[in-house]
Amino acid sequence: MILTKAQYDEIAQCLVSVPPTRQSLRKLKQRFPSQSQATLLSIFSQEYQKHIKRTHAKHHTLEAIESYYQRYLNGVLKNGAAPVLLELANEVDYAPSLMARIILERFLQEHEETPPSKSVINSMLRDPSQIPDGVLANQVYQCTVNDCCYGPLVDCIKHAIGHEHEVLLRDLLLEKNLSFLDEDQLRAKGYDKTPDFILQVPVVMLCPLAVEGHIIHWIESKASFGDECSHHAYLHDQFWSYWNRFGPGLVIYWYGFIQELDCNRERGILLKACFPTDIVTLCHSTA
Amino acid sequence: MAAVLESLLREEVSVAAAVRWIARRTQSSEDSPGEAAVLRSLRPLRKEFVPFLLNFLREQSCRVLPQGPPTPAKAPGASATLPGRPGGPPRGGRGARSQLFPPPEPPSPAAEAPLARRGGRRRGPAPARERGSRGPGGPEEGVGGESLPWAGARRLRGSGSPSSPSLALCDPPNLSNLEEFPPVGSVPPGPAGRTKPSRRINPTPVSEERSLSKPKTCFTSPPISCVPSSQPSALDTSPWGLGLPPGCRSLQEEREMLRKERSKQLQQSPTPSCPTPESGSPLPSRTGSLTDEAADPARVSSRQRLELVALVYSSCIAENLVPNLFLELFFVLQLLTARRMVAAKDSDLEPGPGVLESVGSPLFQSIHDCVFFAVRVLERQFPVLSYLDKGTLKLLAENERLLCFSPALQGRLRAAYEGSVAKVSLVMLPSAQAVSFQPETDNRANFSSDRAFHTFKKQRDVFYEVLREWEDHHEEPGWDFEKGLGSRIRAMMGQLSAACSHSHFVRLFQKQLLQMCQSPGGAGGTVLGEAPDVLSMLGADKLGRLRRLQERLVAPQSSGGPCPPPTFPGCQGFFRDFILSASSFQFNQHLMDSLSLKIRELNGLTLPPHEPNDDEGEADVDWQGERRQFAMVLLSLRLLAKFLGFVAFLPYRGPEPPPTRELQDSILALRSQVPPVLDVRTLLWQGLRARRAVLTVPWLVEFLSFADHIVPLLDYYRSIFSLLLHLHRSLVLAQEREGEMCFLNKLLLLAVLGWLFQIPTVPEDLFFSEEDQSDGFQVDAVSSEYGLDSVPVVDQQLLYTCCPYIGELRKLLASWVSGSSGRSGGFVRKITPTTTTGLGAQPPQTSQGLQAQLAQAFFHNQPPSLRRTVEFVAERIGSNCVKHIKATLVADLVRQAEALLQEQLVAQGQEGGEAAQLVESLCSQLCPHGAQALTQGREFCQKKSPGAVRALLPEETPAAVLSSAENIAVGLATEKACTWLSANITALIRREVKAAVSRILRAQGPEPAVRGERRGCSRACEHHAPLPSHLISEIKDVLSLAAGPRDPEEGVPPEHLEQLLGQLGQTLQCRQFLCPPAEQHLAKCSVELASLLVADKIPILGPPAQRRLERGQARRLLHMLLSLWKEDFQAPVPLRLLLSPRNVGLLADTRPREWDLLLFLLRELVEKGLMGRMEIEACLGSLRAAQWPEDFSEELATLFNLFLTEPPLPEPQLRACELVQPNRGTVLAQS
Repeated sequence: MILTKAQYDEIAQCLVSVPPTRQSLRKLKQRFPSQSQATLLSIFSQEYQKHIKRTHAKHHTLEAIESYYQRYLNGVLKNGAAPVLLELANEVDYAPSLMARIILERFLQEHEETPPSKSVINSMLRDPSQIPDGVLANQVYQCTVNDCCYGPLVDCIKHAIGHEHEVLLRDLLLEKNLSFLDEDQLRAKGYDKTPDFILQVPVVMLCPLAVEGHIIHWIESKASFGDECSHHAYLHDQFWSYWNRFGPGLVIYWYGFIQELDCNRERGILLKACFPTDIVTLCHSTA
Repeated sequence: MAAVLESLLREEVSVAAAVRWIARRTQSSEDSPGEAAVLRSLRPLRKEFVPFLLNFLREQSCRVLPQGPPTPAKAPGASATLPGRPGGPPRGGRGARSQLFPPPEPPSPAAEAPLARRGGRRRGPAPARERGSRGPGGPEEGVGGESLPWAGARRLRGSGSPSSPSLALCDPPNLSNLEEFPPVGSVPPGPAGRTKPSRRINPTPVSEERSLSKPKTCFTSPPISCVPSSQPSALDTSPWGLGLPPGCRSLQEEREMLRKERSKQLQQSPTPSCPTPESGSPLPSRTGSLTDEAADPARVSSRQRLELVALVYSSCIAENLVPNLFLELFFVLQLLTARRMVAAKDSDLEPGPGVLESVGSPLFQSIHDCVFFAVRVLERQFPVLSYLDKGTLKLLAENERLLCFSPALQGRLRAAYEGSVAKVSLVMLPSAQAVSFQPETDNRANFSSDRAFHTFKKQRDVFYEVLREWEDHHEEPGWDFEKGLGSRIRAMMGQLSAACSHSHFVRLFQKQLLQMCQSPGGAGGTVLGEAPDVLSMLGADKLGRLRRLQERLVAPQSSGGPCPPPTFPGCQGFFRDFILSASSFQFNQHLMDSLSLKIRELNGLTLPPHEPNDDEGEADVDWQGERRQFAMVLLSLRLLAKFLGFVAFLPYRGPEPPPTRELQDSILALRSQVPPVLDVRTLLWQGLRARRAVLTVPWLVEFLSFADHIVPLLDYYRSIFSLLLHLHRSLVLAQEREGEMCFLNKLLLLAVLGWLFQIPTVPEDLFFSEEDQSDGFQVDAVSSEYGLDSVPVVDQQLLYTCCPYIGELRKLLASWVSGSSGRSGGFVRKITPTTTTGLGAQPPQTSQGLQAQLAQAFFHNQPPSLRRTVEFVAERIGSNCVKHIKATLVADLVRQAEALLQEQLVAQGQEGGEAAQLVESLCSQLCPHGAQALTQGREFCQKKSPGAVRALLPEETPAAVLSSAENIAVGLATEKACTWLSANITALIRREVKAAVSRILRAQGPEPAVRGERRGCSRACEHHAPLPSHLISEIKDVLSLAAGPRDPEEGVPPEHLEQLLGQLGQTLQCRQFLCPPAEQHLAKCSVELASLLVADKIPILGPPAQRRLERGQARRLLHMLLSLWKEDFQAPVPLRLLLSPRNVGLLADTRPREWDLLLFLLRELVEKGLMGRMEIEACLGSLRAAQWPEDFSEELATLFNLFLTEPPLPEPQLRACELVQPNRGTVLAQS
């Protein structure tokens, strides 16, 4: 699903200040029936994350935390079964899972002698039954299962999606009889930067409208939509690093990307939304 | 000089003898006694002759080359030995290069008579020239020279009357000139007062390319047109008179002599030795098309004189008496293509008294003279011309003037053009390719710490980021390297703390340099100078325009001229600027070390000489490869040496030479203590001795071209320059003896040396002051009968690549065709080498000993390819052997170590002890097995080498030779492998075991599920199961619906739950896409789902009345879950969560509470062995500790008792559970 910048902007426009809930997703799907759900979810998730990054700081001032905590306490005092925390998060336009984390941290600070470590907090968010306060446990749980952009479950889903596409890509490579080294093999050999796959024998990918093909030494699978922000981050942290070490290569954004970002082809970074079909391999002459 | 020429004209002396004399050869028997006598008398002038001649020609030509000053000659006058400084270093001569009228002799200390200098007056507009030079006036004063042949008419008379008969005393010193005659004891003049070395006639500012290597005063030839600010006034004066010592003849004698001369010329004209075109008439139709003055052979004045000068001049060129062959050719071509002559001003001529107008007239009186002279010289330089590239030949052959003046030469040039295959291609610079990551040198094991490793990882990326940014921006106007990238580079360099990191970075830098700056050109380049056929069809006049257009299109323009200063074109600029911006001492030092090492390595590379007897086709293929390899090595060497020179002399480089002599002496004393960065003198000697000058000299020249002003004065480097001068002199192109250097090889050396002699920092008098006979240059060629020098390794492509300035010749000719006079200045083509990277590996060092000697002897009489093959095979097999041992023996040992470790871990129950201890104990058990490596290695080499040798050698190799070759290969390979193995095997095993241990211990930690013995699905599986991510997301939706809040219409259809669990089963069975974290989450979610089922908390979609799950359905679903937990999950399922207070607490909210499903579930868990009874009891026990509403606690207690009392029941008794309901009834009643 390759979108033009304009198409992308239209979608992104609809996502401003939309809470990350089931209901929002449902509405989005209705609004853009022609786009694939996965693409929409990916875009939504990325847009929302950008939004959170921008506003993160203001939710973490001491005053803000204190005021959220007080509102939480007041709320559960009135009705512990009501979705106090979730509603608070939606009201202040912050991710429910992250709000849960703020409150949990604050709660533990009050109730424990030593300030809670990150790993303890993470573990409690993963398994709220470890939270000593039953009401808070329910509130936290409600937040994490209702958040479709943050939280341990979402993280796991994202990780699983990434893994699945790597497996998919591996299968395709095997099917095409292209020998490769995968990330684990590369790491074992001591490579400092490891794309998903390095082709042991490079291939040429032909493009429909171009006369010349592009040489591909490595392939990176990205189970997300390639928007400007994430693509630039990837370029800086990964793709250029791969180019610096292994030469030109291919990035597959399985959920599509903004067409205009595919501008480094000549330099040696190629974008695709699926596994390329037109591949030329080195022929071993038998003569 | 005039005297010499006179002698020639009077036929007292033959030209050959004169040239021999100039060349300072020992007198040959060919010289007649008369000649010898004449020449002997002129002896003190000998050294001055050539510079004098060159300067004279330049001066004479200034009227015909009005667009700019004439081609400069870096031809000083005498290396003036100043009074009080006999034999001193030749620093006094700075500035003499612009001196067109150099004094022929050192001024006599005895001489007095400070003379009024005329120069300042006459040459007002040229102060720069005046300053550094002794000035044209000085020497002239002493000459009463009107009567000299072709003497300029303008002379000061009477001020210095001829006084001494001595030839040596000719030039009264100008004592008023403080620069040259400082007060005794004062600071020597040196270059002190000379703000700029004024050897250049016209300082041409160089582009930023060379911001560092000041002086920016470029000494290059006028890129065809230049600002004529310092242009000498036309028809200045005749210099020839200067050469003639005053008083050697009376005025009357001179006049008489000239008169005779003149009449003789008139009679003889046209001289038979210089045939004019047969027709003798110009070809107006051809020349008519020119907008410029037509040249007509019939209108040449004083043919004989021109002929003679051309002959002497050509001979000097042929004998390499001129510093720069191509500069002279350029000059001659300038004469050939001169547009028109500036009208001489009569006042300038200031005719002498009497009859001498015609005799004392300038050498070039008209365009016709110039062209005539140029053609005469070109005729004699035909051999050199014929080796120029095809494009230049074409332009020469098409030149109308040349055709008109010498059809014979034109014919030869045409033939040479037609036979030439010397196409020189222009290739655009390809965009950068990165240096690939090589685990052998780049992985963690090569770094001192994790930090260093990761820092370097980042640095590599920053380096390329900077490089890419440079590529994008460096051509933008206003972009500045330092401003744009400087701070980032320095920040990056700042992180390179450890020495080992520096060496890593330098290796990357150097590799990238080699890769980018002599990157493969490949096909597709434009052919230089070869006009496409379409163009030639368009006709001559259009052709010019098209050519010009083509020039503009294909040739990046820059002002270079025939002698450009050293620059960093293209990508090299990046590396230069990087070094400057980094300004890191450590980096520079490491870089120098690395460059030196690489230079030594490449310089010593065995480049086997061409086997002359191979005349077969395949040999030609080999030969192509060898030539290419040579070009590659040479270009790499030049690049590396250039950067080495740049970095090595960087700290010393300044715009000016030291201002005072004291300062200079102290600097000299200091610098002479500093060892050279690379022992280039020894390398040069070795190169000359091994007859590999063609490889060594070009890179050495690159290195020296970056020397600072002091370097040539240091003994060490002076001896190098001296060697190079001798070499230059010895490279006579006309001599082609057996075993001599090939023509193009010589041409390359002449070109690069000529270029070097023009570098500003090389003292200008160096070339002419060298007194020693070439006897000093006796290289014992015995040591190598066939060196690279005698192999035709250089072709035009390489020549033009190394010396792009030769292309200026073509440029000049092309601009003539196009009718433009190249107003934009000189053009320099970027010619990138068409070589590929990947230098041949150096042959391995073989061991000493008898066997080695025998092997050497064996190879001696075999073709060199045999040796290369054997060494190559040995090198590869040896290396493969090590890899093989790693993959087999070491890998086996590591597996053993893993097994031992697992045992240990099981035995000690997770607590394996300290990692270091574990490694120690494992290594002590395993390392002794490493000894097998040697035996296995030997076997491997024995097995593999012979086959490889056989495959690579020709089929026809005699059996005995083959088997010897095989044996040697086996021996060498074994030696290489075993040497490495015996030294490193233990360390290797340790390293691998250590890595394995840490791997296992890590895996032991947080994620025990990764062990994965049971991973993978059945072979028949087609992997169509739903994706784990999809399932998690679906289950999450159910969980979130259950947790609320939800809209009234939201709910889960019951069949959906069933479907979901079915899919979960499929996914868990397929496992293709399942990763451990996903499975763990699925397990956890399934437990949550079970708890919701037990508590009846899943909102069911359906009629409002029936929003709860049917009991039977729930139980069925629980069954499915139990089966999944039992059969399909491979990750541990957190079943204890079923009894966590939170999940059990779900029941608390339901009214009426139903415990039967929970009881059912618990019993099933026990039944299926998923949980132990004791475990459940423990959980229930701890549940009771939690705080509950009172009624709930009671019910919980009942459940607990029920579970404890009832023994595990078989299936049919499940119903009994429902009997608990009365219990519930009581609870209800109580509530």
